Amino acid sequence: MTVSDAPPIVSTRFALDNGHTLTGYLATGGYEGLRAALAISPTAVGEEVKAASLLGRGGAGFPAGTKWGFCPPGVWPRYLVVNGDESEPGTYKDRLLMEKDPHQLIEGVLIASYAIGAAQAFLYVRGEMALAQERIAQALNDAYAAGYIGKNILGTDFSLDVVLHWGAGAYIVGEETALIESLEGNRGMPRLKPPFFPAAKGLYLQPTVVNNVETLANLPWIMTNGGARFAELGAETSRGMRLFAVSGHVVKPGVYEVEFGVTTFRDLIFDPAYGGGLGDGRSLKAFIPGGASAPWFYDEHLDLPLEAGAVGAAGSMLGSGAIVVMDNTTDVVKACWRVVRFFARESCGKCTPCREGTSWLEKVLRRILDGEGRPDDIALLLDVCDNISPGIAWPPKQTTICPLGPSAVSPIASALVRFRDEFVALCGGTGESPVAITGKAYLPKPNEVAGV
Amino acid sequence: MPRFTADNTILAHEIITRYPRPKSALIPLLHLAQEQDGYVADDAMEHIAELIGVTAAEVLGTCSFYEMFKLAPVGEYLVNVCTNISCLLVGGEELLHHIETRLGIKSGHTTEDGKFTVEDVECIAACTEAPCLQVNYRYFSRVTPEAADALIDDLLHDRRLDEIPKHGVLARTRQQIPAATRAGNAVPGEAEEPVWIRRARAEVSP
Repeated sequence: MTVSDAPPIVSTRFALDNGHTLTGYLATGGYEGLRAALAISPTAVGEEVKAASLLGRGGAGFPAGTKWGFCPPGVWPRYLVVNGDESEPGTYKDRLLMEKDPHQLIEGVLIASYAIGAAQAFLYVRGEMALAQERIAQALNDAYAAGYIGKNILGTDFSLDVVLHWGAGAYIVGEETALIESLEGNRGMPRLKPPFFPAAKGLYLQPTVVNNVETLANLPWIMTNGGARFAELGAETSRGMRLFAVSGHVVKPGVYEVEFGVTTFRDLIFDPAYGGGLGDGRSLKAFIPGGASAPWFYDEHLDLPLEAGAVGAAGSMLGSGAIVVMDNTTDVVKACWRVVRFFARESCGKCTPCREGTSWLEKVLRRILDGEGRPDDIALLLDVCDNISPGIAWPPKQTTICPLGPSAVSPIASALVRFRDEFVALCGGTGESPVAITGKAYLPKPNEVAGV
Repeated sequence: MPRFTADNTILAHEIITRYPRPKSALIPLLHLAQEQDGYVADDAMEHIAELIGVTAAEVLGTCSFYEMFKLAPVGEYLVNVCTNISCLLVGGEELLHHIETRLGIKSGHTTEDGKFTVEDVECIAACTEAPCLQVNYRYFSRVTPEAADALIDDLLHDRRLDEIPKHGVLARTRQQIPAATRAGNAVPGEAEEPVWIRRARAEVSP
């Protein structure tokens, strides 16, 4: 097993009792990254982040430095919006960063705002996270009082207000244009891109950078230690360290910060330092590698590195760093239904294929579970999936404004192709698909030949 | 049917001034209304509409999109049990059923004494601590049926008020932006190129 001994970057204060206080933060190198950033030009800060090859940690995995560069020149004001609306099933990392180390996030916000020229920043925290809201409010108050936020920060000409904003319960608001709608006081429904790419037309139709909490939390380290050192960690497209939440049927569920690219799924699930393996006598049935939206992986994927390119080529994604492990005792029909119910409940209702499709998928799966499945239900499910996301491909094709609808297709295609016999046992029929299923991770069991 | 109290009206005005456009304060003000009354009353929505200059229908339109906002009173303690995938795998549904049986209500309902409302909720970002639940948005991890019973006993006697305020209260610490150190709102159509950007540009090409 390859388990990297690289020291953690964003989780260094998780074990401290006072890591969330200004005193605790300053005693452990806090705000040094901001000082380093303010000593160089905004452009140079942007170059440092580009050199780090920092990928966004929210789910889409877009390079942060490149994203910053999309703001059209000469259009002011610009805004920075922090996406702290963590709600992808299986995902648990941003809440920890906000509760345990709010100043690290605030320092990241300051560095990013300085670099892109944002004159105001909004920190959007998921509504259900009361402790994170309290910790961030206190941290902001202390940082204002100490001169780290506000007018003429640390005696320079850099000025910034950071406004704490709470959501109110809606998964879709994690989609960046929906988050902007929500921040403008509206229902959280995604906007069409183009024209509403946030970098060009975001908050109040001004250039806006929306960054995930973990993405920003990496910036203080990058400014203190240099982008080049960050890029030495990891492999291929995925540099640095990353937080992964390992949950489900493992002995030691937990949130682990590991080196990108060199650590494998097998390490995270089985190594005693991380997930610690499955229960006695249990075997692996499937695992979700990157949150509920991701196609499922199986035994044959365990040795893939935690690297965006390799995981993408295998037909899934690292997404939000959420690994959900299902052992051989799992009722996959039920697991599939539960994930699909999530998307049906969280569909914002704007696009017909998603609004109608996800709720019908949920209803059909529910009747199969209730023993009322029909012989053609498997074909019906896949036909609806094909309507939401033609070709059932990976990356998914969209008939909708945002990827929520296609996300409901991943668990169904995963469960139906791999565990067809379990569905057939409940609803009868042949289980044959009426449509092509092209996603590479939608694999039958190794001893089965596809289509027979 | 309550509008904002005098103190909360002052607070509402203060919140509005943090945003370049008043409507951005809509969700924060709905939270303030829910904190005041335990739910969002019709008159509170009317008051919010007046404060930010939109119609009451627009306020309701936004309010009704978000699950946390309750348009009618709920229990003093909102018990949200996660049954999404990570919790489902390790007993989340069984936990929900245990709590429903204990309280004698189905999820989505409130006990007759107005003490508890139970909800079957989506992922609350505590997946490695499954099965988990929240009471008024405070977390409880790896909850066994026995632990749930003990928690309900405590709540019946209001023994956890330090930890779990009544429904509607989220953060008990508020952000304060002192006037003296405020940078000020960046208002579209008014804000110019930030000074530090202009200076840096001038230094590169004088």
